[in-house]
Amino acid sequence: MEDIIVVENLHKVYKMGDVDVHALRGVTLTIKKGEFISVMGPSGSGKSTLMNIIGCLDKPTSGRYFLEENDISLLDKDELADIRNKKIGFVFQNFNLLPRSTAIENVELPLIYDGIPSDKRYRLAKEALFMLGLEGREKHYPTQLSGGQQQRVAIARAIINKPSIILADEPTGNLDTNTSTEIMEIFRRLNKEGKTIIMITHETDIAAFAERIVVFRDGKVMKEEWRSKEKLNEPVSRV
Amino acid sequence: MNPLVAFRVSYRALRRNKVRSILTTLGIIIGVAAVITMVSLTQGAKRIIEEQLTSLGGNSLIINPGSRSRSGVSKGLGKTNTLPSEDAEAIRKLSTVTHVSPILDTTEQVVWGNRDWFTALVGVSPDFVFINGWFPERGSFFHNEDIKNAELVCVLGKTVASNLFGYQNPLGKTIRIGNISFKVIGVMSSIGQTPGGKDQDDIVLIPYTTMQKRILGVNYVNNISVSVRTSKDIPFAEAQITQLLRERHRIRPNMEDDFYVKTQLNIIERIFTISKIMTILLGSIASISLIVGGIGIMNIMLVSVTERTREIGIRMAVGAKERDILIQFLIEAVALSLTGGVIGIVLGIAGSKISSLFTHWPTLVSFGSILLAFGFAAIVGIFFGLYPASKASKLDPIEALRYE
Repeated sequence: MEDIIVVENLHKVYKMGDVDVHALRGVTLTIKKGEFISVMGPSGSGKSTLMNIIGCLDKPTSGRYFLEENDISLLDKDELADIRNKKIGFVFQNFNLLPRSTAIENVELPLIYDGIPSDKRYRLAKEALFMLGLEGREKHYPTQLSGGQQQRVAIARAIINKPSIILADEPTGNLDTNTSTEIMEIFRRLNKEGKTIIMITHETDIAAFAERIVVFRDGKVMKEEWRSKEKLNEPVSRV
Repeated sequence: MNPLVAFRVSYRALRRNKVRSILTTLGIIIGVAAVITMVSLTQGAKRIIEEQLTSLGGNSLIINPGSRSRSGVSKGLGKTNTLPSEDAEAIRKLSTVTHVSPILDTTEQVVWGNRDWFTALVGVSPDFVFINGWFPERGSFFHNEDIKNAELVCVLGKTVASNLFGYQNPLGKTIRIGNISFKVIGVMSSIGQTPGGKDQDDIVLIPYTTMQKRILGVNYVNNISVSVRTSKDIPFAEAQITQLLRERHRIRPNMEDDFYVKTQLNIIERIFTISKIMTILLGSIASISLIVGGIGIMNIMLVSVTERTREIGIRMAVGAKERDILIQFLIEAVALSLTGGVIGIVLGIAGSKISSLFTHWPTLVSFGSILLAFGFAAIVGIFFGLYPASKASKLDPIEALRYE
């Protein structure tokens, strides 16, 4: 499989007042198209920073990032927004739905910024909600939906513009075990359909859905573990 | 993002906060309504002033014989005989001129029965009443026929009428002026004293031709009174008359005029300056309220940006560009101010009608003042919406997403 994401020697330094915080200290990672990766590590280990950079929300202080062989550091803000719009879908721990918009309006959102006409937007969003088992919930507001349903709306939004990569930042962090398994089954299905999935998680049983586990510590990749298809559902060793 | 979509997104956001949107708009509503009401009131006041000026002779000018030398010393003003009555007829043909009356005056004894009164005797033409906006209260004024035939008719001023006739009706009576008998055909309404204290009703008016032939035995006039359409025409009329009379009097280019034109332009100009100052003053006071309304919009938009930080973060994460966010918030601000503008125009028109009921002034809601207020509201919306909108668009998506 071809490499979809290549990061080389990434450094990220934040200024916190007078103190420099080194969030990333030389991360090198190659992700192939269609991979399902779990990123683990204690808080402050730099995994979220890496996700932000991969998601084109942030730029590294130094190092290189190639997305589908394009050097991201050469792009301006508008081009980054375009990549977020078309190539990357975000799923967050707290769902991040617009609270005063209905489910379907939330799902449509990326299409608005892609300039898709409204009738087509509506049709695509309805389809996406249907695929995630949310038929009949189109006009519901997020507060009228359960956590699992909200996360499914968020996933529908993440895939509506057919991105090749899904970035999930602790997607099950606010969900109970059963719902978490449901959501993970959705991710697995999306992965089978060819999406590259990168997921941050603290939970080993959730991380176990991935075929490759990357463990972060102190801004570096501490450990990488490949798991064969047969062992996929076995628990991951604790870090 | 195309403008229509941007507008719909903004409209939805505004509808979700109805009460707040309405309260924010209120500032602009009041501002626009105030501008329109104030401007229309001052326009109405200006019109009243203009009407008053016209009735005070603000649109008239007087041609006197004699020259006004550069040193300001006059050579026998009004006592020379360089103005023939034909000049008056020539002036009447000028485009700006509406009425012309030759004037000759003297003082005479008027007698009725055993009563007599010493008064000003003035020869004029029928135009005299229109030039001065001064009409007979009883009977009528003399006509052009009377002028042509130099008829022995007269119209009495109020003071003369009451002194000679008391409570009796003077109409149709015959009085003696000098040694000649005149028929009284009318009595003028009372106009009172001049600012200098001279009683203007102490007068007897007769046809100027009668005055020339029967009383004074001359063929010139003392001066010529002229009225023009509006006071604005006065400078042009003055130039026209000067040119015409120089030609008629055959005055060579390097010679001085043997007449001079007196206008009340100074006073008129001063009054117009005052009314212009009033318009600017009231308009700017009203504009301040519009600016205050704009600051209200900015305030609410800033609150809104802070409140919706996470929304902005989400929008950016799914691909909104800086420009998209900027336009969305700008449209919200402009929509607020323009909605306020439209409601303000309606209220402003209503307000000016109501204040015209109270003040009894005609209020003029001009298209210009509506356009001005509306345009100003739009500019206020853009100006005060720009800062919050640019603040929103400059947010860091990561921090915006983390915002609680």
